[in-house]
Amino acid sequence: MNFFLAAEESLADKLAGDSSDQCIQDNGAFCFNWIAENFSDRYVTPTLEHLYLVGISVILGFVLAMGMAVLSHRRRWLVPPFIGFTGILYTIPSVAFFFLLSPITGRGVDTALIALTAYNIQIIYRNIVVGLNNVPVGPKDAGRGMGMTGPQLLWKVEFPLAVPEIVAGLRIATVSTVAIATLADLAGGGGLGSQIITGSNITFKTNILVVTVLAVGMAVIFDVIFLLAQRRLTRWQTAGESTGKSSRRFEAAMARSRAA
Amino acid sequence: MSGLALGFLGSFGDAFEFIFQGQQSPLARGEVGGPDRVWDFLVTHVALSAAAMALALAIALPLGIYLGHRGRGELFAVAAGNAGRALPELVLIALFVAFIGTGFDNVTLALMILAVPPILTNTFVGIKQVDRTAVEAARGMGMSERAIALRIELPLAAPTIMTGVRTSAINVIATAAIAPLASVDTLGRFILAPNVYGDAGVIAGAILVALLALTVELCLAGLQSALTPKGVKLQRQALETA
Repeated sequence: MNFFLAAEESLADKLAGDSSDQCIQDNGAFCFNWIAENFSDRYVTPTLEHLYLVGISVILGFVLAMGMAVLSHRRRWLVPPFIGFTGILYTIPSVAFFFLLSPITGRGVDTALIALTAYNIQIIYRNIVVGLNNVPVGPKDAGRGMGMTGPQLLWKVEFPLAVPEIVAGLRIATVSTVAIATLADLAGGGGLGSQIITGSNITFKTNILVVTVLAVGMAVIFDVIFLLAQRRLTRWQTAGESTGKSSRRFEAAMARSRAA
Repeated sequence: MSGLALGFLGSFGDAFEFIFQGQQSPLARGEVGGPDRVWDFLVTHVALSAAAMALALAIALPLGIYLGHRGRGELFAVAAGNAGRALPELVLIALFVAFIGTGFDNVTLALMILAVPPILTNTFVGIKQVDRTAVEAARGMGMSERAIALRIELPLAAPTIMTGVRTSAINVIATAAIAPLASVDTLGRFILAPNVYGDAGVIAGAILVALLALTVELCLAGLQSALTPKGVKLQRQALETA
């Protein structure tokens, strides 16, 4: 068991004791020499652990949320209890969640993953339900008219049309998980938070800045990736609008081909 | 299997004993836990969260109403929401500890920063989404812009605004649990100092923090329902049955 609040000598003091670097002595915020010397030892493994926590919990959350969505699609009465139950789990603060699980699942990565996955299920499931509800009646009727069965309609018409909302849910889930996973170290799950929590590193300015840049940077990169995916996947939407850029491009291309 | 089940039930039993009676501290001599101690930390936890929420509301609500009414600053309001989500709670607390300082006032500020974005974004979106015909009708009746914003748009946007307030409140209560890292003794202290409070204290702290969050969420959900105008509820029912 870690003693998070133990009166340990802080990293800054410890380093100042055996470092001749003036920047460290002064607990500076931009000790680039120290970063260059320590980056690979201190930050690479926590960053990889962080990516693992985020990656696995988002994938698990997505798979489970899709399963729940398929279940509740035919049985509409399941939607309110699903939303309610995942909503309760979502309300429990992660710090509390980790330690409520610990008597049952112990401490470690798995405990952190369970809590993070629970949060992701809530975010993603909610968005899938909204996405499916927003599918217009027209395409559904057309699908039924073509003789599609219920599952065919779901997988070939409804899910594809709900993709924008589902990707939006994945985006919110991923970015928030990057943030919440900084606390995973309390559950023994490692990640970038370990560099803040363990060993009283919290007062060492350079260290806090490095962790901030890594954590916020990771969130921003995921955000941009999903934003681009969202744009790519919704191209048909803009193409559908008569004033849309792509349709104007399409018309221009048609005009050119007619002229040729 | 039964051994495992009894094992974790025992842990929760110890936690309840810790809350209601107090226990011998594992390292330090003397009693830890007990209703008085729990009450002290609970009061600090609630006071810290309430102060942060009050400040955040005082900033985000007027700003959101103004921007939403004018239909300006959409990029700002949405970007604030996205940035707020990307900033980890622990990192925010750590930045305050390393650069600004510890203690009740500093942590209140940190939690306020955390609480502003969801309220701001939701207020902006809620106000902006208000049916334009309702606003035009009010304008036609000769209402001032101020009255339109406060007496037409604000009530109609109440459900959306309250969703943002709930998100912020839960986030603030959760983050107040790590406030002991910045020397503010909230309920999180039981969790973060296992050498003082023991395993029972850790689980007791987790139970208390979870219960507090669920209670606040329940109260705010009730408030949201109370603040939603009757007309909006009827409209929603009509849409659902249609």
